[in-house]
Amino acid sequence: MNNSDDIILRTENLTKRYGGVHALEDANFTLKKGEHVAIVGDNGAGKSTFVRQITGVEQPTSGDIFFQGKRVEFNSPLEAREAGIESVFQDLALCNDLDVPSNLFLGREELLFKFGPFSILDEKKMMEKAKAVLERTAIKIPNLSNHVGDMSGGQRQCVAISRSASFASKLIIMDEPTAALGVQETTQVENIIRGLKEQEVPLILISHNLRQVFNLVDKIWVFRRGRIVGEVIASETDGNEIVSMITGMQGGVHEKASYI
Amino acid sequence: MFKRENLPAEASIFAVFIGIAVLFEVLGWVFVGKSFLGNPQRLEIIILQVCIFGIIAVGVTQVIITSGIDLSGGAVLALSAMVAASLAQSADAFAPIFPQFLGLPIIIPITIGLLVGATCGWINGAITAYTGIPSFIATLGMLVTARAVAVIYTEGQPVFSLSESFTSIGSGAWPVLIFFTVAVIFHLVLKHTVYGKHTYAIGSNEKAARVAGINVRRHKIMVYTIAGSLSGLAGVVMCARATIGQSGMGTMYELDAISAVVIGGTSLFGGRGRISGTVIGVCILGVITSGFTFLRIDFYYQEIVKGMIIVGAVMLDQRRQAQQRLRA
Repeated sequence: MNNSDDIILRTENLTKRYGGVHALEDANFTLKKGEHVAIVGDNGAGKSTFVRQITGVEQPTSGDIFFQGKRVEFNSPLEAREAGIESVFQDLALCNDLDVPSNLFLGREELLFKFGPFSILDEKKMMEKAKAVLERTAIKIPNLSNHVGDMSGGQRQCVAISRSASFASKLIIMDEPTAALGVQETTQVENIIRGLKEQEVPLILISHNLRQVFNLVDKIWVFRRGRIVGEVIASETDGNEIVSMITGMQGGVHEKASYI
Repeated sequence: MFKRENLPAEASIFAVFIGIAVLFEVLGWVFVGKSFLGNPQRLEIIILQVCIFGIIAVGVTQVIITSGIDLSGGAVLALSAMVAASLAQSADAFAPIFPQFLGLPIIIPITIGLLVGATCGWINGAITAYTGIPSFIATLGMLVTARAVAVIYTEGQPVFSLSESFTSIGSGAWPVLIFFTVAVIFHLVLKHTVYGKHTYAIGSNEKAARVAGINVRRHKIMVYTIAGSLSGLAGVVMCARATIGQSGMGTMYELDAISAVVIGGTSLFGGRGRISGTVIGVCILGVITSGFTFLRIDFYYQEIVKGMIIVGAVMLDQRRQAQQRLRA
């Protein structure tokens, strides 16, 4: 076992069943401080199920989750978020009719004057902070006071990721953050992820894109049919090995081709 | 130089408003041989007419921004008006409702009237937030119930002899002043406070708002309670102005309010809209009503045109939304 002070997230025999379907079986997972890992696997391998348990979207059938050394039970995504686990989902969860600062600070607005629900917003401060946050990510959004709904997919994804990244969260989880993006936008998102590595913010990345995974993470966890079948250091493996682990077959050229 | 996209959204609605006013002016000279706008008395009547449902519309705007609807405005107005009037009778009232409560200081009927509205709004909000019943149904139930309670309250009798100090809040420019004060306050509240931001957020993406830590249920109850209080305020002002409380007051006002909100550019899909637009929408409806009367067009034809305007405004909104989806 690793030195427990180094570990930010650990799961023990985490299991999720939907009726008779064993979506996740005995997952034992660890994530160290500052570490960036990827979770890979075929469709239905249990990746998203695993993420839904640790972000409070669903509650596990059995097994335990330890976050920062303490056993935790998240009953809602909000509780996980309050504990410091930020997630960026494929469906973004942005408010299209609000501008960039409003989205970044939704639910934790900067205030000029406190008066319950009628507290006055400090719009200037939020705009300045939003500018600073987005400058770090090198994303070009010409006018931050435009509605997020009027922006491109890449810009929206960057806003969503910046929101997670800008609140000094203790763990960020990204589910297919670049699946819907073009080449340039993908590069921008990857740059944000590298920035998080420099800031030593731990990250769990779910991706089908093995090239991206090898470029970005320290360690790869492979899921197959609801079980964790492997944990490999990215620099000590190659695409062939990962693909055989994902598919459970030794070298099938066709399967490899579809992943790389 | 003005660029089109730099103009506020209200500019186009305001242009429509001016256009309609000028159209009636021209039609007036052609068909009636008189000026429509050059009659200060008429302008005064228009403004006083729109104030009452305008106050309701300020609340309805906020409900619609959360992507809900409030159909109960007119009925809540009537109930609040009846209750307020029954507590505002002068000391020498003939056949008073509550002989023991005559000549009360006016703060009491005003406060109780607002509280009746707030309670109705709170019930609307609680049903919508906690039962999953759509606000359309919840507030439709309130529309029927509140009107019935307003009738039962005095067994159908109107409430006369309101004290002079009470009726003074409905006289002269007071209704206009109250309407504009309410509109300005809530315009600023929506724009610059946490309450406003969360109202837009819930209408824009309720799930995202919840994940962001907003207590969506509590917030919705607050929005409906404010809308109810404003309907209550409209009831107080209306019975003070009419110097009588009647259970039939404000019939169909909820539809005028909703029309004004929609004409003013607030999206029925939620997330978008401003009180400033609603105020212009209220003025447009006022000018149309007054203009048709001026041209001696029958009331029922007015209603036909109003109905078409509402449908037209919603169609425009749908097209705007579709264009936005295409861009995104």
